[in-house]
Amino acid sequence: MVKPLPFEEPVVRLKDKIEELKNITDDAHVDMTDEIRSLEERLQKLEADIYGNMTAWDRVQVARHSERPTTLDYIAYLFEDFIELHGDRAYGDDAAIVGGIASFGGTPVTVIGHQRGKDTKENIRRNFGMPHPEGYRKALRLMKQAEKFGRPIICFIDTKGAYPGKAAEERGQSEAIARNLVEMAGLRVPVISIVIGEGGSGGALGLGVANHIHMLENSTYSVISPEGAASILWKDAALAQQAAEAMKITAADLKEMDIIDEVVPEVTGGAHRDAAGQAEAIREAIRSSMDKLCPMKTDEIIEDRYRKFRNIGVYKEGEN
Amino acid sequence: MAIIREMFKKNKKRYMTVPSEAAKDMPEGLMTKCPECKSIVLTKDLMKCDKVCPDCGHHYKMTAYERVDCLFDEDTFIPMDEGMKTVNPLGFPSYEEKVNSDAEKTGLNEAVLTGIGEIDGQRTAVAIMDSHFRMGSMGSVVGEKITRAIEKATEEKIPFIIFTASGGARMQEGVLSLMQMAKTSVALSRHADRGLLFISVMTHPTTGGVSASFASVGDINLAEPKALIGFAGRRVIEQTVREKLPEDFQTAEFLLEHGQLDAVVHRSEMKKTLSTLIRFHTKEAR
Ligand SMILES: [Zn+2]
Repeated sequence: MVKPLPFEEPVVRLKDKIEELKNITDDAHVDMTDEIRSLEERLQKLEADIYGNMTAWDRVQVARHSERPTTLDYIAYLFEDFIELHGDRAYGDDAAIVGGIASFGGTPVTVIGHQRGKDTKENIRRNFGMPHPEGYRKALRLMKQAEKFGRPIICFIDTKGAYPGKAAEERGQSEAIARNLVEMAGLRVPVISIVIGEGGSGGALGLGVANHIHMLENSTYSVISPEGAASILWKDAALAQQAAEAMKITAADLKEMDIIDEVVPEVTGGAHRDAAGQAEAIREAIRSSMDKLCPMKTDEIIEDRYRKFRNIGVYKEGEN
Repeated sequence: MAIIREMFKKNKKRYMTVPSEAAKDMPEGLMTKCPECKSIVLTKDLMKCDKVCPDCGHHYKMTAYERVDCLFDEDTFIPMDEGMKTVNPLGFPSYEEKVNSDAEKTGLNEAVLTGIGEIDGQRTAVAIMDSHFRMGSMGSVVGEKITRAIEKATEEKIPFIIFTASGGARMQEGVLSLMQMAKTSVALSRHADRGLLFISVMTHPTTGGVSASFASVGDINLAEPKALIGFAGRRVIEQTVREKLPEDFQTAEFLLEHGQLDAVVHRSEMKKTLSTLIRFHTKEAR
C-alpha cells in the first residue's frame, strides 16, 4: 500500500470506513448497500475537494514522495530499446544523472534525467539525485552527441539541487552547470524538458534550457527549497509551508508566469498512485512538443529557445 | 558606427562616485584601517592605488563607479538602462523599499552597472556588479541589464567583459531570478556564436547562481586575489560533508590550483591585462 500523506488523511479514513462496512455486509449478512453507496458518494466529493484544492505545501509533499516515479521508471514506460550510456570521459560516471539513446514511437531520441533512488541503498548510490560536475558533463556529452546525429533531446528534471560538497566545488560545480546553460542555448536539435518531481535551482536548470518546458501538476521548480527560503527570509525553517506558498513554485504558478509551456495533469492523488497512467499523460506532452519542434529548421530551433528565455523577467522600463 | 558614437556622446552623462555607508570595509573617514593587516592608511592614498592596501595587498570591495574609473579611458563610459526599475513580482513585503533604499545609497538603479566604454581606445561593452546593492543579487533587472549589454556587444561586434560580485539569485523574485541565469546564457551563446570575445572577471564575492552561470563561462576567466568564488556556501558544505574545509577553500587561488581559472590578476594589472587580451582578439591584432 502507498504511504498516505498528512493532507490525504480524511480520504484514507473514509476509505477505511467503507471497507469496514463492506466487510460487515459480507460477514454478517446485514445489507449496508445504501450506507456504502452514500459514503462512496461522499468519498468522491471529498477526493475532489482535497485533491482539487491542494496547497503548494501539499504538492511539495507529493513531489517528494518516496514512491514517486523516477526518470528510469518513465523511460521504461515511454521508450523502446533504451541503451544507457555512461561517463563524462574526464572524471567518472555520476549515477545521479542517467542518460542514453532510445526510441520514442520509432524516432531515435537522447534521454537524460536526474535519478533519485527509491530506498536508502539506491539513494546512497545515486547521491539522492544530487549531481556532481561529472553528471552535468556527462549530460552535455550526450547532448552534443545527439546534436551530431540530429536526435531530439528529452530531459527529465528531478533533483533537490546540485550537490553542495567539497569535491563538487573542487571539480567546478559552477562551471559544469554554467557550461550546460550556454551550450544548451546553442543546440541545433529540439530540446524538451519535463519537471517530474523537484526542480531545485541551478542543479535543475542544468538540464532545463529547453525549447519546451513541461511540469507535472504536483512538481515544483524553485530558486531555493521552501525550507531554505524560510530560513533565509524569516530565519525559521519551520515556516517552510508559508515559504512554499510565497515563493510561487508550483506548476500552475510557473505557467501563470509564462515560464513553462504546459502543466501535465497528474492521476488522482499524484503520479505515485499510477505510474503507467502518468506516463501516458507525459507521452502526450512529449508527442505534442515533438510535432511542433521537429519540423523546425535549425535556425528556428535556436531562435525559438532564445526567445523563450529572453522574455523571462518582470521589471519597469526606465525613462532614459 | 561613427554616427552611433556621436549619438551616444550627446546622451552622455557624467557618473559620479557615490559613497556607500553600508559597506563595512569601505573607506569613509580621513583614515582607513585595513581589515586584513590592520594598518592605517590615508583614505585618499588608498583611492589612488585602486583601493588595494599598500601594506598587505588586500583588495577592498569596489563600487561599480569606482571600477569604471579605473577601467575605462577618461570620459568614454556611457551607461545603459539606468532608468530600469525593479518591481515586486511575488509581492514580498517591503521588497521595493529595500531596493529603493539601496538605490539611494549607491546611486545605481540595481545591482549592476552596464554600458560601453573604451579601454586603451578599444570599444568594449561591460557589466559591473556591485555587492553594495542587495549583496549583488540577481533579479529580473540585473538579468535584463546584463542581457542587453551582451546583445549590444553582439550587435556592435565588440568584446563583452563582466565584473561579477554577487551572493547569487535574488530570493524575493523566486524562480524568475533563477531564470535570469538562462536568459543571460542564451545571449552569451549568441555573442560567442559570432566569434566575439567574452572575459569574466570574478571579484569578491561570486557565489551561487551568478557563479553557476555567466561568471564561469568566459573565453577567459580571471579573478582578483583572495576573492571568494563558489557554488554552494561554506556553511552548507560543512554541514553536508561534516568535515572542516581548508582555510583557502573557494578562494581565487584555490580555484586556480584546481584548474577552474585562467589567472588571478592583481587590480593594478587589471586594465593592462584586459587591454592586451582585447588587442589579441581584434582582427588587426599584432
Ligand atoms: Zn592590509
